Amino acid sequence: MFVSLLRLEIYKIFRRPRTYIAFGAITVIVLLIQLALKVNGTDFIRLYTDTQTDIFEIPYENILNGYFVCVMVLHMILIHVPLLVALIAGDMISGEAAAGTLRLIAAKPISRTRLILAKFAASSLYVVALLLWMAVFALAGSILIFGTGDLLVFKETEMHLMKQTDVFWRFLAAFAFAALALTAIAAMAILFSVFSENSLGPIVTTVCVVIVFTIMQQLKVPLFEKWINPWSLTAHMLGWKGFFYVEKNEEGVTLDGSVENPWAVLQSALILTGYIVLFLMISVYYFRKKDILS
Amino acid sequence: MNIIEVKNLSKSFGSIQAVNQLSFSVKPGEIYGFLGQNGSGKSTTIRMLLSLVMPDTGDIEIFGLSLQKHRNEILKNTGALIERPDLYKYLNAFENLEIFARLSGKKKSRKQMMELLEKVGLAGRAQSKVKTYSQGMKQRLGLACALVHDPQLIILDEPMNGLDPQGITDMRELIIQLSRKEQKTVFISSHLLSEMQQIADSLLIIHKGKKITEGNLNELMNPEKVRVELITTDMPKTAHWITRSAWAGSVVEATQEAICLLLQKEQLPQLNNDLVSQRFGVVSLRPYLSLEEYFLTQIRE
Repeated sequence: MFVSLLRLEIYKIFRRPRTYIAFGAITVIVLLIQLALKVNGTDFIRLYTDTQTDIFEIPYENILNGYFVCVMVLHMILIHVPLLVALIAGDMISGEAAAGTLRLIAAKPISRTRLILAKFAASSLYVVALLLWMAVFALAGSILIFGTGDLLVFKETEMHLMKQTDVFWRFLAAFAFAALALTAIAAMAILFSVFSENSLGPIVTTVCVVIVFTIMQQLKVPLFEKWINPWSLTAHMLGWKGFFYVEKNEEGVTLDGSVENPWAVLQSALILTGYIVLFLMISVYYFRKKDILS
Repeated sequence: MNIIEVKNLSKSFGSIQAVNQLSFSVKPGEIYGFLGQNGSGKSTTIRMLLSLVMPDTGDIEIFGLSLQKHRNEILKNTGALIERPDLYKYLNAFENLEIFARLSGKKKSRKQMMELLEKVGLAGRAQSKVKTYSQGMKQRLGLACALVHDPQLIILDEPMNGLDPQGITDMRELIIQLSRKEQKTVFISSHLLSEMQQIADSLLIIHKGKKITEGNLNELMNPEKVRVELITTDMPKTAHWITRSAWAGSVVEATQEAICLLLQKEQLPQLNNDLVSQRFGVVSLRPYLSLEEYFLTQIRE
């Protein structure tokens, strides 16, 4: 029954015109970034590496390849994708309540726990589909346009160089991590959706939470740094970057297949998983007791 | 065995008592009219029957099973149309039906679903998206969705709302057909007594969450008998006496505020004499001309 319910939820998601706004937005943004880098790539890299020019001699012409462009795309848009996820997940329960279909579904022989879990699973699959779409356009598209090469990534005052043979798995891992992070956003949006009877409220609330925590993270205030940021959802969402920071030996030579701080990546993944479980548990608990009056 | 058996059902939202100690029973195969003004507690009661709203107190048994313990088993055999259904606007009628059939755990062939759409008069628009439908068409599709898994019990909350006169006639005929030909039990709510008079076998009238009366429609509407409201200075003692007297068979309902009896007009002086001889202080012995008058008077009070 759960699989059948999940199929129905996926069917409903992909029959709604709103779903394709996210796919369209990602396509347009990725294409715009690729076009901009194709036309003014070197200037952009100069601007991007402005703070490092005093420390390193940067080989601008060799940096611009498909892998570098894909990392740039991820940097620029992954922080905005929660909005696109909230657009669908925030509407999963509240949208049905507003449309008057929630009462029809809840009067069917399906447990409310299963209903929430099916909606969460469907939202997660939507997240995966969105990231696959992004992977195709950002990674495959960039490789097609800019070709391949070694990947150079800057981290504050450090420079991380990865051989092109050591890059592809990092993208796979980064996309998988992003899927986990965005699933946490989907779980949060579903939680807000359970409490609401209109679509807009949960979507706006989810986006607001992401914005507020992102600002707190960027403010670097000691109070936030000590008590909030170590547990901040948005801070751990950026854990995917860890796959592009490599370990170096004593001579400063990059170690192939290494990750600079695997424990930090794992810790972020665990915290995100914890958030997913927590959000789902609250959603299920509340939804099971909720009087459906919509 | 009754199809629905409700005992002492109560539900409040904050300080508002939506349903208050409501009890009633629905027999198999009958059309049971559930009448009350807007805001009288009909929708809350219906939502409790469908486990959408959790009762504060009271028991609900459907098909002889406790709703609390056997929810899924009961809902598998229950179809519902709750207020104005908007359904999935971005899907067509056929796709909506398919979703609700699957949610009920039933797979229906295309032919079966087309037959159902034909039954509710939507076969010609089966492929049109619901967003292009009028309210009446949505109402019909809502009914089809309620019937798609062939349930034994059909619960309809104000199904005539939004329908044009022809739509109301069609809906009425369909409900009668479901009960008479297919032996389904139909629990239907409305705020219009005239509407209920045309289709219901039994009737339950509620006001402010409380039962006003319940019974067989023919008995309730019997022109030879009038409904009489009796109020005395000592209602508990009066109720105790009357339910053990020769008048017991005429009692429709006895509450702490009043006793309602169904009597012939000629019986009124005798009842009054009996009450006086029992030394009850009769405050009011008031006959009503019709059920409608009774219903309206209760509501006004």
